[in-house]
Amino acid sequence: MKSLLATLALTTALTAPGLASARQVTLTTNMNAYGGDGAYLAYYVTDASGAYVGSLWMAGGKSKYYEHMSDWYRATGGNTAEINGITGASVGAGRSLEITLDLADALFDAGYTLHIDAAVEDMRDSPNEIAVPLTADGAGTATRGRRYIADFTYDF
Amino acid sequence: MLRVAHRWPGLLAALLLTVLALSGAALSLYPATERLSAPQAGAEQSVADLATRIQAAYPGVEQIRRAPSGRITAYWFEGGQPGAAVIDPATGQGVGSADPNQSQRWLTNLHRSLFLGDGGRLAMAAGAAAMLILSVSGVVLVARRTGGWRAWFAPLRGPLAGRIHVEIARIAVLGLLLSSTTALWMTASTFGLLPEGDSTPVFPAAVSGETGVALNDLALLADTPVTALRDLTFPYPGDATDVFTLKTEQGSGYLDQGTGALLAWADLGGWERVSETIYMLHTGQGAALLGLVLGLMSLGVPAMGVTGAVLWIAGRAGRPRLRGNAPASRAQTVVLVGSEGGTTWGFAATLHKALTEAGQAVHVAPMSGFAPQRYAHADRILVLAATYGDGAAPSSAKGFLDRLAKLAPLPGVPMAVLGFGDRSFPAYCGYAEEVAAAAEAQGWDRLIRFDSVDRQSPQDFARWGRALGTALGIELELAHCPVQPASLPLTLISRRDYGAEVQAPTAILRFALPRVSLWCRLTGRGFARFAPGDLLGVLPEGSDVARFYSLASSRRDGFVEIAVKKHPGGLCSNQLMALEPGDSVPAFLRRNPDFRPDRSAAPLILIGAGTGVGPLAGFVRGNARQRPVYLFFGMRHPESDFLYDAEFAGWQQDGRLTRLVPAVSRAAQPAYVQDALRNEAPEIARLIRNGARVMVCGGREMAAGVCAAMTEMLKPAGLTPAMLKAEGRYAEDVY
Repeated sequence: MKSLLATLALTTALTAPGLASARQVTLTTNMNAYGGDGAYLAYYVTDASGAYVGSLWMAGGKSKYYEHMSDWYRATGGNTAEINGITGASVGAGRSLEITLDLADALFDAGYTLHIDAAVEDMRDSPNEIAVPLTADGAGTATRGRRYIADFTYDF
Repeated sequence: MLRVAHRWPGLLAALLLTVLALSGAALSLYPATERLSAPQAGAEQSVADLATRIQAAYPGVEQIRRAPSGRITAYWFEGGQPGAAVIDPATGQGVGSADPNQSQRWLTNLHRSLFLGDGGRLAMAAGAAAMLILSVSGVVLVARRTGGWRAWFAPLRGPLAGRIHVEIARIAVLGLLLSSTTALWMTASTFGLLPEGDSTPVFPAAVSGETGVALNDLALLADTPVTALRDLTFPYPGDATDVFTLKTEQGSGYLDQGTGALLAWADLGGWERVSETIYMLHTGQGAALLGLVLGLMSLGVPAMGVTGAVLWIAGRAGRPRLRGNAPASRAQTVVLVGSEGGTTWGFAATLHKALTEAGQAVHVAPMSGFAPQRYAHADRILVLAATYGDGAAPSSAKGFLDRLAKLAPLPGVPMAVLGFGDRSFPAYCGYAEEVAAAAEAQGWDRLIRFDSVDRQSPQDFARWGRALGTALGIELELAHCPVQPASLPLTLISRRDYGAEVQAPTAILRFALPRVSLWCRLTGRGFARFAPGDLLGVLPEGSDVARFYSLASSRRDGFVEIAVKKHPGGLCSNQLMALEPGDSVPAFLRRNPDFRPDRSAAPLILIGAGTGVGPLAGFVRGNARQRPVYLFFGMRHPESDFLYDAEFAGWQQDGRLTRLVPAVSRAAQPAYVQDALRNEAPEIARLIRNGARVMVCGGREMAAGVCAAMTEMLKPAGLTPAMLKAEGRYAEDVY
């Protein structure tokens, strides 16, 4: 377990395409019609103690805005190496984002939590917009966001 | 080169720049309205006080932000529902919606990316770069045109489009330089091309683990005035490891939610301060007045785009096509053209045609393409050079002097220089003279002596052609017919004859207004709009070359009037003098904006002799505002050639004319108009000190005499006619 986490930390992402014990997970995020520009979303995982483990995805390409996803920024120090290769476009109001990743099996039912921080230009910052425990049973269950995200679901 | 750097970015980016400028101008209104509408905090109020009030009103408050405009926004969570409002700092209560303004958001996205994402951002950045290039090249061009940096705001002359273009530019360029530079900086910052200063303090490794400190017990919040606040974020409810995050003008830090202690602090870096200042300068956020000024200046961009395009089209339209232009290497005669607006190309075309018909191989090229090493068979080089502004090179002659100075002269290939200009400018043919002097200094042989053509005079050009023909041993008749607007037949209504007794038959001819097409009326062309001082081109029977007469009436007078003197052997004046009411002549209008009274109320000193009094009488007739006007009128004998004698008395009575001073040359004591001026020297000096403007119309000799007299009279005041000309206060119309 410990060694596996070390591997995960090294690859910075928790995705493991070559890993035998991995499963394909689809993250679906539906946005509210919040009436603003495209939202920046930071997807990352913390362990049972609340410590940052790694990032899954960053929606939004301009690093100068990353500080507004304050929890993620605080955990990573804004280090863009954490999200190398897993960065996409920001997500417009009313749109949805679907990401498919290979996630290590060990991440499920082991006290890990998936967080999404959100921020929109000229609107409030919304750290911890979503905080959902990663469990096999929780797959397919929609979680409501606080401000910008209508609902979030992960599926196997 | 400079003009190319100005023209192409301007033409290519005109549309993009119009979108940028108009959206920018609209956006400049928001910071100002926000500043005015947002309730402002008092200078003494502390962040702790503000936060306490807001927390009382909205217990679930999570974040408080203060915009540079002073607007305070609070964000909270109440019963699982997010809420936000603009806050009145005095009460802590919400007073307005915190939702982003949708029209502002739309304009912002249009302004920075045309709604096209990063591609659009790059396009708009290219627009800003074009604006920067245009501003820099434009500044140099304006300085060159007005005659130096000190003359930045000197009065302008020339076609209206050009004047509008420069008038707007010399005011707006400051804002445009600032806006385009800051825009490029912000784009570079957005794309991560600039280092990002990071002044976020390191998150504390340990906190007290307690919660519930009263906001008033947070010392830093109590000490920080609201006016310095940027952002205050409350700890996440129920998370004892979280902290208060405070951002101010000075920096940012974390405060313990149990003890109120400052856990970490970092000052704002110098780099971030620079970035913030640039953001403020571009958006006007935090500098609303500057924003409004920049917005106003950017409104000039569409107007400059249109006038710039008009200038370009007008410059192109004037250039004729050359048939059978010989290659440089085979030409016997090389004609080099330095043209600004394109009219000199017309003269070059006439020269090309005449020489080609005389059996010569002629190569016509811009002066900027001067390449003597290619002129293998050249026997002579003819340079036709206009002058730009205060003696500068016209656009098609850029770099000529440098090249001339660098390259050795061709042995046995003489050069002749002909200047084109306008005698009403102080630097008449200044550039052409410089070229002639430089060629001589460099050792080029001279084919014929330097000569000049004033105001596209076909006569001047023909005279030079004859001299050239003599030097070449051929008969050369240069019948230059400038590209003329279509003429209309003008029908004579009435004529008044003068001067027969003094051997100077003169007439005031009044023609009916011709019918003007709708298109001309819409565009203000031709006879749709004219004023005294404009020129009437008359095409006499038996010649293609128009003769020009100064108009003595305006469109509003309802007729077209000129004063004509019969010249012995003069083709056109004889035909005009033979006209009877009902007869007509073909004529067209040419504007002469340089010889027109300004719109001020300063006194006007009008000086004219003979038929030169025509436009001056027109100015007096149009002086309904009763501006002080002094007219010095030179004539031969008051009984014979006192033009407008009947009208002048009436105009003096109704206040259009302050004083009329006649100068009679055939009297017991002959006096010319310059003598009359000298007699009134103290009065004239007084008027000029009071801002009077001088306008002279008549023959060349008379104008020279007047100028000499004025030079004497102005000397005690430390002024010269040239200085007045530079200020636009001394205008001449000389023939």
